[in-house]
Amino acid sequence: MFDLTGKCALITGASGGIGAEIAKALHAQGATVGLTGTRVEALEKVAAEIGNERVHILPCNLSDDEALAALPKQAEEAMGSLDVLVNNAGLTRDNLAMRIKDDDWDAVLNVNLTAAFKLSKAVLRGMMKKRWGRIIGITSIVGVTGNPGQTNYAASKAGMIGYSKSLAYEVGSRGITVNCVAPGYIATAMTDELSEDVKSAMLTKIPAGRMGNPEEIAAGVVYLASNEAQYVTGQTLHINGGMAMI
Amino acid sequence: MSDVAERVKKIVVEHLGVEEAKVTENASFIDDLGADSLDTVELVMAFEEEFGCEIPDDAAEKILTVKDAIDFIEANA
Ligand SMILES: NC(=O)c1ccc[n+]([C@@H]2O[C@H](COP(=O)([O-])OP(=O)(O)OC[C@H]3O[C@@H](n4cnc5c(N)ncnc54)[C@H](OP(=O)(O)O)[C@@H]3O)[C@@H](O)[C@H]2O)c1
Repeated sequence: MFDLTGKCALITGASGGIGAEIAKALHAQGATVGLTGTRVEALEKVAAEIGNERVHILPCNLSDDEALAALPKQAEEAMGSLDVLVNNAGLTRDNLAMRIKDDDWDAVLNVNLTAAFKLSKAVLRGMMKKRWGRIIGITSIVGVTGNPGQTNYAASKAGMIGYSKSLAYEVGSRGITVNCVAPGYIATAMTDELSEDVKSAMLTKIPAGRMGNPEEIAAGVVYLASNEAQYVTGQTLHINGGMAMI
Repeated sequence: MSDVAERVKKIVVEHLGVEEAKVTENASFIDDLGADSLDTVELVMAFEEEFGCEIPDDAAEKILTVKDAIDFIEANA
């Protein structure tokens, strides 16, 4: 089950906590992986952990329009094909709505939403021809539930769910599925920033009684990328220890 | 019939799975040949490959019939 031999996957934010695990998990199922992010050293470290076969490093700053436009082609040339796109890169610029600066809004929307859509659009052509493709967005529980201090982030993540559903309609007849995975509260650099008070308050809201780990998100991505999930499209898979039951 | 016209028609027949006789020059992809909007996008992709040219989006939107495709390619490829 979930054999990905022969498939080529591009993972954005592969230098981060969740992205690195997604890359490892897809690779472990036999996929060739393209790792992208801005921190080259971090990408190299992840690549070294994966091994020296079927791994490509493709540094790219997603807020740089030119670099973003060039990425899909570079990935296809490096890997020979592009069958699975995982839009995982994301950032936060938290603040109360009344204090959010235009820059904070734009930076978050640009990387989390606009860059993810542009990449999705760019990979469609090859996938349509092959009549097979997987576009997977890493959204967030807060895109569905909202969260104080995260108007920008929640908007970007809700937006991702919205375009994924629309795109799933458009390309469903061509063997391409478009889905999202919505992590709850996962132990990575992103959540490390939170204060101990916030962390312990969060834990009281999680039936599982603990934070999730990146491997648990990666497992959901592997499933959605697989042939076995061919009939799953336009969905959001919530992996959150029961923090929200939607 | 020109070489371009023949190749265009062949692509349309293959791609839309319609009878060759139906693919007249004035046939509209959507109204006469049963294409949906995504099929028209794919047809343009197939033309681009067959003729090694790029069909920009604003031009692609105007390619509604077999003749439109032939004319564009003859003028640009
Ligand atoms: N951790 C959680 O609890 C949680 C919960 C819900 C959703 N998520 C989502 O899961 C995804 C991964 O998050 P994470 O927890 O693994 O966070 P992380 O460790 O901070 O990783 C974020 C990744 O995004 C990349 N990135 C950010 N800005 C970029 C840019 N301008 N260009 C290219 N890459 C950029 C980073 O690459 P560089 O550092 O190399 O620039 C990094 O690899 C995010 O979309 C996040 O919103 C996380």
